[in-house]
Amino acid sequence: MYVAVKGGEKAIRNAHAQLAEERRGDTGVPELSVAQIRNQLSLAVDRVMAEGSLYDPELAALALKQARGDVIEAIFLLRAYRTTLPRFAATEPVNTAAMRLKRRISSAFKDMPGGQMLGPTFDYTHRLLDFSLLDDSGEAADAPQATQADRSEHAEPCATAPRVCDLTGMEELLEPAASGESDWGTEAPVGDLTRDPIRFPVDRDIRLQNLSRADEGFLLSMGYSTQRGFKGSGGHPFAGEIRSGTVAVELAPEELGFPVCIGELKVTEAELLFLYDGSETTPPQFTRGYGLTFGSNERKTIAMALLDRALRCRELDEEVVAPAQDEEFVLSHSDNVEATGFVEHLKLPHHVDFQSELEILRRLRTEWTERGERRAQLLDTMKGAA
Amino acid sequence: MQGHFISTATDNTSIGTAPQRTGRQAQEGGDSGYNFAFLDEQTKRMVRRALLKAVAIPGYQVPFASREMPMPYGWGTGGIQVTASVIKHDDVLKVIDQGADDTTNAVSIRSFFARTTGVATTESTAEATLVQTRHRIPEQPLREGQILVYQVPIPEPLRWVEPRETETRTMHAHEEYGVMHVKLYEDIARHGRIATSFDYPVLVAGRYVMSPSPIPKFDNPKMHDSPALQLFGAGREQRIYAIPPYTTVRSLDFEDFPFEVQQWDACCGLCGADDSYLDEIILDDAGGRMFVCSDSDHCRKRREAGHVGPMGGTTQTLEGSDNG
Repeated sequence: MYVAVKGGEKAIRNAHAQLAEERRGDTGVPELSVAQIRNQLSLAVDRVMAEGSLYDPELAALALKQARGDVIEAIFLLRAYRTTLPRFAATEPVNTAAMRLKRRISSAFKDMPGGQMLGPTFDYTHRLLDFSLLDDSGEAADAPQATQADRSEHAEPCATAPRVCDLTGMEELLEPAASGESDWGTEAPVGDLTRDPIRFPVDRDIRLQNLSRADEGFLLSMGYSTQRGFKGSGGHPFAGEIRSGTVAVELAPEELGFPVCIGELKVTEAELLFLYDGSETTPPQFTRGYGLTFGSNERKTIAMALLDRALRCRELDEEVVAPAQDEEFVLSHSDNVEATGFVEHLKLPHHVDFQSELEILRRLRTEWTERGERRAQLLDTMKGAA
Repeated sequence: MQGHFISTATDNTSIGTAPQRTGRQAQEGGDSGYNFAFLDEQTKRMVRRALLKAVAIPGYQVPFASREMPMPYGWGTGGIQVTASVIKHDDVLKVIDQGADDTTNAVSIRSFFARTTGVATTESTAEATLVQTRHRIPEQPLREGQILVYQVPIPEPLRWVEPRETETRTMHAHEEYGVMHVKLYEDIARHGRIATSFDYPVLVAGRYVMSPSPIPKFDNPKMHDSPALQLFGAGREQRIYAIPPYTTVRSLDFEDFPFEVQQWDACCGLCGADDSYLDEIILDDAGGRMFVCSDSDHCRKRREAGHVGPMGGTTQTLEGSDNG
C-alpha cells in the first residue's frame, strides 16, 4: 500500500537494466561502433572532448555511445574519468601560429598572406535535407567531390600560415598580444581551476580555462547578448582570424633540456578585434578577445572570444553594465556538469525539508486565520461601540 | 577523539604506492583501475589539508579543488570526496539520505564505497565509525570517535542575502552578520515567527556563521557540543568546513524570539516515537495519512525493542516497500 522513494536497491537495479536495454534499442538494428561515432559524428566527439576537457577521441566517442547521445552526460562521463588521471608533466604552450591548417578565415581582411582557406564548413551549404543519405547501403551517389588539384592540397592539413594579428603593420592599431612580456604571460605560472578552487576575482588564464571548458549553449547565449547591446563599450566585433587544424604538443623533459614532440591536437582558435576608443592612459585601438578549444568547435570558440573581451572590463576600466561582463555571474554558471547536477538534483527526495515547510506553513495559516478572526471581532466591537 | 581523523592522513600506506594506471586499463580492468576509495592519493592529501584547516577554524569555509566525481553535482559530491579522503580499511560506513539508509541515493553512495573500498557497511548508527548524510542528523546521539560527513549544496549562509562571494568573504572576515539578524527579524515582522525551517543558520564557536546544510532545524541542537567530528563538503561550490568535537553551535535567534524546533501532534505510526523527526506519508486520496520516523534505523531499533505505534500492526514495514 505504501510506495515511497525508500527501498531503492532493487529499483536502481531495474532502472539500470532498463537503461542498458534502451541504449541498445532495437536489436534488429546493428549496434553502433565506437569507431563509427568517432569518424561520423566527429563534431559531437569534438564537443565532448572540449567540454570534457580531455583530448581523447576514442573515449569521447565511447562516452557518447554510453550516454545514448546525451552530450552533457557524455561530457560528464569523460570528466569523471579525466579527474582520476595522474599528471606526469606540463607541456610547452602550443604554438598555434605553426598550426597545420585545415581551415583559416579572416572577416577583417579580404585576403592575407597564406590566403583564406574554407575547409570543411557548413557555412555555405544550403540547409536542405539530403535525402540520399537516407540510403545507407553505400556512399551517396552525388556527394560533392573535391577537385583533384584541391584534394592534393587540402586532403591532409599541411599548410601553415602566420596569424594575421601577428603580422607586422598591425602593431600600431592593435593592442599588444599578451605574451611573455606582459604581467600574466608565460613568466607567471598558469592557473588550473581543476587543481585549485576558483577565487574571484580571477586572472585571464583561469577565465580562459573556464570558458574553454564551458557549456557551448551558455557561451553562445551570453556572447549573443553582448552583440545585442548587453555589454559595456567596445564596437562591433570582427573576426581577425579563425583557424582550425592540428598543433604539435611538445614536452621538455628535465633530463633532456629541450622539447620533444609527443603528439598532436586538433584545435580551433579565434581572435576577435573590437574598436576601443581609448582611456586617459591608453590610445584608441583594437582590443582583442581570444578563444581556443579542442577539436572543431568554431561556434563555441567565437562565443568564447566575445566573452573573453566582455570580461576584460575590469582590466580596461569599463563600467560593468551587463551580465556578460559580470565575472562571477558568467564563470560560476558556465560549467554544464555543475549546472546539470544542481538543476537535476531537484529529482532527489527532499521530503525532510518539505515536511519542515509543511509544518511551518500549517502554523502560519492557523495564525493567519486567527489574526483575521481577531481583526473581524475587533471591527465588530468598534462598530457596536459607534 | 580526533585520533581517527588525524591518523587517516598518515596510516594510509597506499600513499606513494598507489596503483599506477596507464592507457585503458581502468576501463578493461573494471574497478581495479581505480585507487582505494576512487580518489588518487594526491587528491586525498589535498582534501585532508583542507579538512585540517577547517577543523582548526571551526565554521570557516575552506576552498578546496573539488574533483569531478562519478556522481553528479548535487548528489553529494562534496560529502563523497570528504568520505573518500578519510575512510580507512577498518571503518564501518553508514550512509543516509533524508534520515533513511534505504533511499535511492543513500543506497547508491553506500554501494559506491563498498565497491571502491571494500569496507564494512551498516545501517546501525551505533556500529558506524563514519556516517555520511544528506539532510538529517541521526536521532541516536553520536559518540566520540565517530565522524559525521554532511553533503552540502550551498555552503554560504549569507548567499540569500548577498549572492557575490567577493562580498560574503569580506562580511565573514569582518563578522558583519547583522544582515542575518535583519533577515530573521523581517520574518518575525511579517509572520510573527521565524519562518526558516531548514538550513537554519548557526554561529560556530562564537565566530563564524555557518550553514548546517539543509537539515531541518529540528536537528540543529544535535550539532552543539557533539562528541563526534562533523565535516561538511560542498563539491560544486568547492568548500569544506567543520565542527570539531565539543564545539559550541548556537542557532541564531533573539532574546524575545528564542530558537525553537518543529513539533508534531502525532507520533510515529510504526514505533510510536514522539520525539523523533517524522515524515508525513499520504496513504490514499481520501486524506488518509500517517507519520513515520524519518530515521529508519532509529525506528527499526525501537520496534525491535517492542515499541509499537498506532499503525504498527496494520501497515507494511519500510523494509517491505522495495518497489521498483
